[in-house]
Amino acid sequence: MFPYIPHTEEDIKFMLETLGMKDLEELFADIPKEVRMNRELDLDAPKSELEVQRLMKSLTDKNTSTDEMICFLGAGAYDHYIPSVVKHVTGRGEFYTAYTPYQAEISQGTLQVIFEFQTMIANLTGMDLSNASMYDGSTATAEAAAMAADATRRKEILISETVHPETREVLDTYAHFNGLQIKTVPMADGVTDVEQLKGMVSKETAGVIIQTPNFFGIIEEVEEVEKLIHEVKGLLIMNVDPMSLGILKSPGELGADIVVGEGHAMGNPMSYGGPYLGFMAATTKLMRKMPGRIAGQTTDHDGNVGYVLTLQTREQHIRREKATSNICSNQALNALAALVYMSILGKKGMKAVAEQSYRKAHHTMEKLEAIGYKKVYDKPFFKEFLVEAPKDPADINKTLLEQGILGGYEVGKHYPDLKNGLLFCVTEKRTLDEIDLLVKGLEVAK
Amino acid sequence: MNNYNKLLCDISKPGRTGYRLPPDELENIAVEDGIPAGMLRKDEPALPEVNEVDVIRHFLNLSQKNFAIDKGFYPLGSCTMKYNPKINEDMAALPGFANLHPYQPEHTAQGALELLFELEEMLVEITGMERVTLQPAAGAHGEMTGLMIMKAYHESRDDHKRTKIIVPDSAHGTNPASAQVVGFDVVEIKSNKDGDVDLESLKAALSDEVAGLMLTNPSTLGLYEQNIVEVAKLVHEAGGLLYYDGANANAILGISRPGDMGFDVVHLNLHKTMTTPHGGGGPGSGPVGVKKHLVPFLPKPMIDKKEDNTYYLNYDLPQSIGRIRAFYGNFGINVRAYTYMKTMGAEGLKKVSQMAVLNANYLMHHLKNFYRLPIDRVCKHEFVLAGLGKSELHVSTMDVAKRLLDYGFHPPTVYFPLIVPEALMIEPTETESLETLDSFIEAMAAIAKEAEENPEMLKSAPHVTPVGRLDEVKAARNPVLKCASMGGEN
Repeated sequence: MFPYIPHTEEDIKFMLETLGMKDLEELFADIPKEVRMNRELDLDAPKSELEVQRLMKSLTDKNTSTDEMICFLGAGAYDHYIPSVVKHVTGRGEFYTAYTPYQAEISQGTLQVIFEFQTMIANLTGMDLSNASMYDGSTATAEAAAMAADATRRKEILISETVHPETREVLDTYAHFNGLQIKTVPMADGVTDVEQLKGMVSKETAGVIIQTPNFFGIIEEVEEVEKLIHEVKGLLIMNVDPMSLGILKSPGELGADIVVGEGHAMGNPMSYGGPYLGFMAATTKLMRKMPGRIAGQTTDHDGNVGYVLTLQTREQHIRREKATSNICSNQALNALAALVYMSILGKKGMKAVAEQSYRKAHHTMEKLEAIGYKKVYDKPFFKEFLVEAPKDPADINKTLLEQGILGGYEVGKHYPDLKNGLLFCVTEKRTLDEIDLLVKGLEVAK
Repeated sequence: MNNYNKLLCDISKPGRTGYRLPPDELENIAVEDGIPAGMLRKDEPALPEVNEVDVIRHFLNLSQKNFAIDKGFYPLGSCTMKYNPKINEDMAALPGFANLHPYQPEHTAQGALELLFELEEMLVEITGMERVTLQPAAGAHGEMTGLMIMKAYHESRDDHKRTKIIVPDSAHGTNPASAQVVGFDVVEIKSNKDGDVDLESLKAALSDEVAGLMLTNPSTLGLYEQNIVEVAKLVHEAGGLLYYDGANANAILGISRPGDMGFDVVHLNLHKTMTTPHGGGGPGSGPVGVKKHLVPFLPKPMIDKKEDNTYYLNYDLPQSIGRIRAFYGNFGINVRAYTYMKTMGAEGLKKVSQMAVLNANYLMHHLKNFYRLPIDRVCKHEFVLAGLGKSELHVSTMDVAKRLLDYGFHPPTVYFPLIVPEALMIEPTETESLETLDSFIEAMAAIAKEAEENPEMLKSAPHVTPVGRLDEVKAARNPVLKCASMGGEN
């Protein structure tokens, strides 16, 4: 007997009799013999809940979580605080055991959640509209590139070298298959080299992708980029950290056409890299080019306000090969977590978290400079910064780990010129004592 | 009574707060000193100001406007809406999984890597493939990944003519959309009167320009493809590859494996077959398995084992299609699937398919008395009815579906597959009891009777839901996509 299969032996017997069958085998008699399995699956025997819990405990015992280490690692996955209320909402079976809201009358909960998520993402980014979410920040960026190409009928995408290396790798993969031409805009002094960009934009350019704060935590100067790309009637695609938008000028104000980003830090645990959520916002002009689900407000025959999935003629289940994207399932539950996070923090809280992260990161950097870890770039940054390690950064991280500290990201993997670069991240969660421990650890390590 | 129908933007009140942070000890550090004014926002973002109590009541009341598996029977064909075990959630939330940074050193995440390695092994066994990548975030992402692998394979053989993907007319919409995204042209072929691939139509479509065929087996009609061996032979003889859409894998666990059917690539939907929750539309997980000749093309990174039995992320894959997302897949979802597969074991997973198929056939046996069953043969985990089959009543499948809401059931998938008019696609899954099935049969029979006696009852349904049928035309014609009272910057 299995806890999730309710059939008694008697039930099975009765149902087979009803069907005029003598055994379960008859249900599978239509399967050609040569493709029937002639043995049992080679998997473990079933386990009780208690045994499964023990097994999982034995696995988690082999991991060291960020509860046991002080985390100064970021680079795309961030240790921000998650208010308790988030999991109590996402843990409601009414939310997490529902499917995509295709039957609107009994899915008003999910549909209104999407509508409110769209509202807050649009407002945070300063854009006209948002969709219901994408798989993650990297695929959202690749989708934005395809969307820009579709909207401009051009094939060339420029992407800054300061965009997260994994995002650029994902874009390269997508582009190899969908026929986009990707050119990388080199960086200079830790930011996008606008002089080089000037020579690269042309009437062939569908869009330029800028990440800000960029991979090194530096806030990019977007104004010049915006002018250059709009002069050639291409689109400005901005990849942003939503946690920075409590204090930074919104992409909408900066003239972005499409805004994407990784939203996990709003209420979702790091969970070894997933599930996260990508978000995508855009101008009204691009509404019908958006991939993915969008909820809209409407009324029923009695005039009651309700929500439905709308503009569905963009989507694969209606348009099949003519759809704007193949995306179907997105990251709805992660988007719900992000929505609850934005609701509970609100306009003041998003600002406060951003300010505290900013201050703690700057405080940390000053302390590191004082003990001889030079900052690599002297540019405005948010919560991450790059320092030059006095020796192999891997050795330094090893020493830190021995003291229970999860150190910085070794950027040399992706930027050979920065082989001693260590990218540290400091969120509002870190205390001044923890920062002192990092400083001590780095002193010992150097 | 308090009105909980409002939007958060409408209950927001300046000065109200729902959070509390530790005191800021560094207030002497001014943001303005480090960031030029032109980069800072002047106004706070237009987000609500609400209390924690507001937030909980708002979302709890919203949740109750949803139908969900935890509330009742959800026979949504093709979606495998089975019970999502609670232990799965608890395991994914263990701090030793949930609080891992994706870039922390491999030796501090051996338990996570071991879990992924072993999950891959289990999926290899179930699908009969050589290796499986756990990276795709959902089924459509898996399709895209699988098709990229197929294209890379042909390219590696300097076979650049193969620009076409064959898709049966019964396929899911994602199939042609995914093929298009990867740069293939889509060729649609017909199904025959038994619901199988029409072999003549397939033969006519095959050529040295065909990269492969995408197939769902059991098909979207819930029928096991009778010609599968012949189909595989024909596609392979023409130099093409076979892609298995795993949407319907709940019918075949331990019964029949895509690898043995002749498929070269397969994706599974762990959020269907392996009980990870649908989450209101995600997150899912869509692992992709491949046969040996396609292993070099799998996306980066793969999880491999060293000689000293430790696990690592292997990026040294020179022929790989590259990265298809950041990090390593929807890890938390993969933890849930692993938990489920360990709970069920070999015996349990086979029983899953047996009971899923038994339940579907039991429903079909009874419902064909009231609705039209276009193809009457043993079905697998689901079956498709062609509505009431009485056009003179002027009652549509949509009317039947909406009336089912009044009876407290989630309706089946409607108007899909496209090849069946007025389609009602019903998938009960194995987690439903005989008593539940009987009450569903009763409701469907009652609705069929109402269609004869009181069709208006169906056409004006639903009657007991929080809202009635919503005006979709209005929504699309005049799109309102965000809360008006907090529109834009303020």
